[in-house]
This record gives sequence, C-alpha cells and structure tokens, in this order.
Amino acid sequence: MLTGTDLSFSIEHARLLDGVSVTFEPGKLSLVIGPNGAGKSTLVKVLSRQLEPQSGVVRYDDRPLAGWSERDLARARAVLSQNVELAFPLRVWEVVLMGRYPHFTGAPGAADERACEEAMRYFDVLDWGARNYLTLSGGERQRVQFARVMAQIWDSTPGAHRWLLLDEPLTFLDIRYQFDFLRRIRELLNAGDLVVMGVVHDLNLAARFADHLVILSHGRVMASGAPAEVLQADTVEAAFGIRPTVQRGEAGGIHLLFE
Amino acid sequence: MSGRSRQYGGVIPALGIALLLVTLASIRWGAVPIALSDMRSALGLALSGGGDALSLDQRIFLEIRLPRAILTALVGASLGVGGALMQALFRNPIVEPGLVGTSAGAAFGAALYFVMGAALKVHMGSWALPIAACTGGALSTWMVFRLSGAHTAGRTSVVALLLTGIAINALFMSGVGFLSYIARDPQARSITFWNLGTLSGANWSAVAIVGASTILCVAASLRYAQPLNALMLGEEEAGYLGVDVRRLKAVVLLVNVVLVAVATAFTGVIAFVGLVVPHLLRMLRGADNRFLIIGGALLGGVLLGLADMVARLLIAPAELPIGIVTSVVGVPVFLFLLRQRRYYF
Repeated sequence: MLTGTDLSFSIEHARLLDGVSVTFEPGKLSLVIGPNGAGKSTLVKVLSRQLEPQSGVVRYDDRPLAGWSERDLARARAVLSQNVELAFPLRVWEVVLMGRYPHFTGAPGAADERACEEAMRYFDVLDWGARNYLTLSGGERQRVQFARVMAQIWDSTPGAHRWLLLDEPLTFLDIRYQFDFLRRIRELLNAGDLVVMGVVHDLNLAARFADHLVILSHGRVMASGAPAEVLQADTVEAAFGIRPTVQRGEAGGIHLLFE
Repeated sequence: MSGRSRQYGGVIPALGIALLLVTLASIRWGAVPIALSDMRSALGLALSGGGDALSLDQRIFLEIRLPRAILTALVGASLGVGGALMQALFRNPIVEPGLVGTSAGAAFGAALYFVMGAALKVHMGSWALPIAACTGGALSTWMVFRLSGAHTAGRTSVVALLLTGIAINALFMSGVGFLSYIARDPQARSITFWNLGTLSGANWSAVAIVGASTILCVAASLRYAQPLNALMLGEEEAGYLGVDVRRLKAVVLLVNVVLVAVATAFTGVIAFVGLVVPHLLRMLRGADNRFLIIGGALLGGVLLGLADMVARLLIAPAELPIGIVTSVVGVPVFLFLLRQRRYYF
C-alpha cells in the first residue's frame, strides 16, 4: 500500500498540490492522469521523497516516509522518469547494475547479478549487455531503464511490498512500446506484492490498462476509482477543458473520442 | 554480466607498471644522468644513516631527483583524480579540476606572495608560498560557492556553480594579471613561472604534504565512486537509488579543493592534465568512476612524469615551465579526443 494523506506542496505562490489524498494498492495498476500543470509530476516527487510537502503524510504501508532510511526505501521503491539522460557512455549492463546499487557496495553479489539478468531478460535487453547505452534508440533506452528500475526491486520479500513509481515513462515512446510496457508491467503485478503508481498522458491508454484511475486537476483529486466510473464526459471536460464522446465496449472497455 | 572484469581488466596493472618506469626514468635522466648503482648505494647509505659520505651524484639523486619524481607522480595523481571527480559531479566531460575557482585563487595567492613579500622585504620562510596559495584557493572556492547560492538552496544548481566558477576564475586571473603588471621584473618572472607550473621546488616536505593529501583524497574518492556512477543518471535518479546527493556534492567538492589547492600550492597551475586524463581512460575502457579514479591517479602520474622529463631535458640544463609542455601536448590530444565521435555520439 502507498498512501498520501492531505498532501500540499507550493513553490513560490503556485500551489501545485492542494490537499491531495490518494491510495495505491498492491497488485493493481494505478494510473494518474490530468492536464499539464495539474501536479502529476509533483505528486510523484512528493510520494518518492524527492520533494518535501508543506503538509500531509506519505506512508509506505503503515510507515510514514520519515521513518524510512534512504537505503531501505531505495531497496523497496523504484522510480522511473520520462527521460533519463546518461551523462557518459556506459554499457547497458552497467546501467542496469545501477539499479542494484542500494543493495551492494563494491562488487555486486550473486543475487544482484541474477536480479539484473532476470530483469534484462524480462524486458528483452539481455543481448545488449555489452552495447553502448548512448547508441540505443529512445525506445531501446527506455527498455533498459525499465530493466534497471525493476532490477532495483526485483526480489520479493515475504510480508513486504515493493513499489514502482512511474513518472510519464511512456511519453516519448511510440504506441507499440507503450502497449508493450504496460502489458509487461501488468504481468509483473501478478506477483501480488507490487504497488505500481504511474503517471500517463494518454487517456485511452489509461482507460485500457488501469485498474484504478485518478484524475488530478489544479493540484486536487478530481475523481478516483475504476476507469469506467472516473471517465465520464463531464469529468473529463471539467479537468481537460475538452469534451469527449465516451464509447463503452461490450467487455467493459472504454474509449474516448475527441473532436 | 561477467563482461565487467573483461571490460575494465588490464589497464590498471599496465598503468601501474608504466608509472614505475616513468618515475624511474625521470630519476635516471636529467641534466646529470644518475647511474642505477648510485641510486642503490645512495639509498643504502641514507637508510643506514651514512648521509655524510654521499657523492655529488648521490646527493642529486636523494635530494633533487627522487623527491621531484615522487612529487610529480603525486601531483599528476591529484590532477587526474580531481578531473575525474569534477567531470562526474558536473556530469560534464569538459570540466576540469580548477573549475570552481581553486587554481585561479591559488595562483592569485602565490602572486600576492611574490609581490607583497618582496615589497615588505620580509623573508617568510619556505612555507609562505604554499600557505598563500592554499589560502587563495580556499578563498576563491568559497566565493564561488557563496555567490552561486550553492550553500543555501537544498539542491546545488550545477549551471549556477559552473558560471560562477568561470566568473570568479576570470576575476582572480585578472588579479594575477594586475600583480604581474605592477611587479618588478624578477617577481613578474616568478609569477609567470608559477602560473605555468613547475616542479623545480620539489623537496621531501612537499612530498610528505602532497602525499598525505593525495592518498587521503584518493581513498575518500573511492568511497564515493559508486554514488558518482549513480549520478550519471541525473540527480533525481541518483536520489531514487538511495544516494544523498547533497552530501555527495559537498564531500566530492571538498575533496577536489583539497587535492587541487595542495598540489597547486607546491607546483603552480598545471593545465590540461585533469581534463585529458579521464577522457583517455573513458576512451580506453569505459566510464565507471572506480576505474576512472584509480586509473586517473596512475595515468595522471604517468603523463605528468613524461611532461616533466620533457620540461627538464628539452633545453637542459635550463628547464621549461611544465604547464607549457602539458598545454602544448594536451591541447592537440584534447582536440583529437573531441573529434572521436564514436566516443560521445
């Protein structure tokens, strides 16, 4: 479980988060949508302790963020942003191995190597181990980054949860990769102990994959729940300023059309 | 995954051997060549307390060549490691260790010593120059940090730090220019010589101090190699990997200031070594910071040792400021590196 209770964050006079309360459960894909400037990225940063909220509490399970050491948190919680720029040429395996940094100092142990290998295999990048990361395309790089963040939290610990926070990691990818990654993330959720909270831009993508959807607007939670409940034409219009036609498929799928 | 040892293997031992050979060669050859047998016997005599019986060659070996060769290796190591640290910290391959103003401030302190010391007609002892240089280096670095706001904001803005560094560097270098303008001829010459770097002041106390600084700082740097690797992904991502980025920056900058200020204090400003060494290593093998720090210490020593031999032998018995040699060799090497597109893309 990952909860944020009454979170507020302001910078200068802009109130980026205004009393946001959210709950993200294990085994479910929770996605956050909202217009530009709604506070989506700020929410990820506050939840991941990159930013300190002026008020409110973030809890990983029942433990407030203040009770987590950097290392313990980094061992259980991974974060992926939309565009990770690597400053120097590294091999792909070196990048993935960084995900294990919270787990070892000096030389990686056998568990670290295995976690990297399995995560790389899962995202189909195992063969690229010796390649220069900077020679990869945008989609390929993001696959490596997914492998890195999953390597960070690859192993389940009985009785404990793992958390994956995604800050628009699909934005620069084409549609095939977007579907591919979300399918793989969904598959990982089957383990049951993984809490995934992600920000996405594409409403239809969110509708297609989310178990739980949060609409953020002007720093507040506008709606929260199953996609079918949340994605009403009125709500979407109020949040995004453009009215969709909502099509409901037979299997409960939803499609938004904008004209 | 086992690619690691293969990827980074071989270079470090080879550099270690190269450093030994270069150091030995720079002891052996100079205005007076020293025979290996003299080195052995001089060491034997010195260790057994029979220092009075030394021949001239043996004294040259013990009191001039040996400390100079060791100091050269230490200063080269300091610059190489400083360069690796700063490039990693700023996530920028064209950064050099003097970036945050340290060496310009040290140069100013030294120039002030040359001009004021002579004007006041006081003899301040052999420690005065290193102390003046270190103070100047610490002062300019402190100014860069104050003025860039790096001490207040929770997160250091690298761009602000970089630009402030450029400004403060310019300020202190114009101070040096002013001092050499008002200086009398011999002082001006000292200032010029010092600004271009020289190892001619080497002695055993310099070796002891630079040695202590180098060893401590390299050991400290190695502890931070892994977090510095994580920083390659960016500050936020490093934070997500459990790195305390603020602390990392503070410690690494402090280590770099000590490395550069102490080395500069004894040898003057030596350009390009700190810039080129990490580049060469990255081209050879890769960008892992543990490799760059150990390799940077060794390769820095090798390159500066070679440069010092050129400086001493080219117009022997006179000698060139070493900074001229490192710049003349360093600039084309650097330009060549920049043209290697496959390296950076």
